[in-house]
Amino acid sequence: MSLITEKLVVLNLDSPDRHTATRVLAEALAGEGRVTDLDGFLADVRKREEQMPTGIPGGIGIPHARSAHVTEPSLVFGRSSNGIDWGAEDGPATLIFLIAAPEGGGDDHLKILAALARRLMRPAFRDSLLNAPDAAAVVDVVTREVVNA
Amino acid sequence: MKFVGVTSCPTGIAHTYMAAEGLEQAARAAGHEIEVETQGSAGFEPLGPETIAAADAVIFAVGVPVRDQARFAGRPLVQADVKKAISDGPGLIARAVAAATEAQANPVAAQAGSPTQAAGGLITKVDQQASTATRVRQWLMTGVSYMIPFVAAGGILIALGFMVAQAAWGETGAVEVTKVPLTHLITGFNLLSGQDWAALLFQIGVASFGFLVPILAGFIAFAIADRPGLAPGIVGGALAVVVGAGFLGGIAAGFVGGFVALWISHWKVPKGMRGVMPVVVIPLLSVLITGLTMIVVLGRPLKALADGLASWLNGLSGANLILLGAILGLMMAFDLGGPVNKVAYTFATTGLAAATTATGGTSLKVMAAVMAAGMTPPLGLALATTVRRRLFSEAERENGQAAWLLGASFITEGAIPFAAADPLRVIPSCMLGSALTGGLVMLFGSTLRAPHGGIWVTPLISGPLLYLFAIAIGTVITAAAVIGLKAAGPGPVRTALDDAELVAV
Repeated sequence: MSLITEKLVVLNLDSPDRHTATRVLAEALAGEGRVTDLDGFLADVRKREEQMPTGIPGGIGIPHARSAHVTEPSLVFGRSSNGIDWGAEDGPATLIFLIAAPEGGGDDHLKILAALARRLMRPAFRDSLLNAPDAAAVVDVVTREVVNA
Repeated sequence: MKFVGVTSCPTGIAHTYMAAEGLEQAARAAGHEIEVETQGSAGFEPLGPETIAAADAVIFAVGVPVRDQARFAGRPLVQADVKKAISDGPGLIARAVAAATEAQANPVAAQAGSPTQAAGGLITKVDQQASTATRVRQWLMTGVSYMIPFVAAGGILIALGFMVAQAAWGETGAVEVTKVPLTHLITGFNLLSGQDWAALLFQIGVASFGFLVPILAGFIAFAIADRPGLAPGIVGGALAVVVGAGFLGGIAAGFVGGFVALWISHWKVPKGMRGVMPVVVIPLLSVLITGLTMIVVLGRPLKALADGLASWLNGLSGANLILLGAILGLMMAFDLGGPVNKVAYTFATTGLAAATTATGGTSLKVMAAVMAAGMTPPLGLALATTVRRRLFSEAERENGQAAWLLGASFITEGAIPFAAADPLRVIPSCMLGSALTGGLVMLFGSTLRAPHGGIWVTPLISGPLLYLFAIAIGTVITAAAVIGLKAAGPGPVRTALDDAELVAV
């Protein structure tokens, strides 16, 4: 099991709004068989997003859900050069992390996601993702910083 | 400075941990220490009580209510949305520094500003992740822990009252002492009168006993619902006493009050209403619903049960005396001061009143059997805690010391802490021992002319040696049964009271 693969990296995410952007990222999950029901999963993410947009200062959006339609804990990374409004006070998001957790996930899986969430707060982690030249570099950074940390 | 924090969010996989990271980074940057409890989906490790006690201030950066909030009672508190810790950790740390500084400058005012202040550090050790059976035991044990001081103080005062009365009045002292009205003590208490002292001790003991069931119920509800549970639990427990439902009714009141309060405190209400929820709405509705349940739902069947049992007992009067003694023993031990116990006791005392006018040898034997059967439950449990300490929690072992005196004084309630904590194993054991003792007393034919007093009225008992022998047998059998049943099942439930003398009780 890996949290992220090269197929789960979208470096040119240029969608008009956060919901279409989320769909693009979620389609990557469905393509890998990590999400069994795309629309069901999107509805779960949307429900969380409607409680309160998940954009945070620093140009980051973290749509996420625990969903019965998810087969394994996964991260999809999206990078947008123009930025997408994610509801944060300080402007649009350029780094998007779609976090998908299975409904009944074991503690170990959830701990990896917890570690990922903590890394998102570190400027060095954000910068290396912002400057990663390709998908392989993104997977490297996440694997080194989160999975093997 | 040292801080503690709690972070939580609706999904529990992202914001909870980002907020924790935000607080930790901000604290470190400003030269402070912080430990954060992340109440997310990955389970959480509760902060240690010493860590919380050492904190200068508490930060709640939460999207869902803090679990076990009472642990943080009395510490200066900064409360914010979970996103605040992500977007502005330094701002929250600055607010915590301000709150801590304010609290040090003006401790009383700062405490009053803390929303959980009134809980005053009351603690439970209910593990929210544990199985239902374990949590039920922990709820019961929390109620028992807080009840034990009332049992010990009240029981020992009553027993002392009997002892002093015996010296002051002579052999009928244990009867006379209960007849002194409280008004006499208020208007004419004489420091040099042994009788007055005996009555004083007795009255204070009875007052302390009055809290036994309300406190049990209140703190069971507290363990279930945190602070909102206290009011419905205590009021429900008091009503259990009024309707004669005893400690089993009190346990029911604790569960009803606790779950009603928990349910209401999870209602989603408009923002404008939130302020009045804990102050008015939750107490009002939870007390009303719990009280209504106790009086209307529980009151009537209990009364019917008591009436039915009483007429059944009266019908048995001509039957085999040994069987009658055993049945009375079963009833005395079934609820230890509850409705069934009261029926048996009233049956005996009513016979006693009639016996003074007529020739009532049987009535005097019934009284003797009932008293002996009411003494064995606390004595048996005291014996069990002495010979098999490890089967009992620290709180129970200490209660076991007092139970010797309470049992010897015919204060059956001394067994309640054990029975409330583990009813399914303790009550049958008590019933077995009491039935045996009740039957034996009838067989030996001892008679008793006093309605209570325990060993202090031994001079009023005929055939005292055989009488004490019957009590000893019931005591040993009760202890053996409890030990056997407890050894076969899970061990004692530890409570916060066992782990540290954090609560001044």
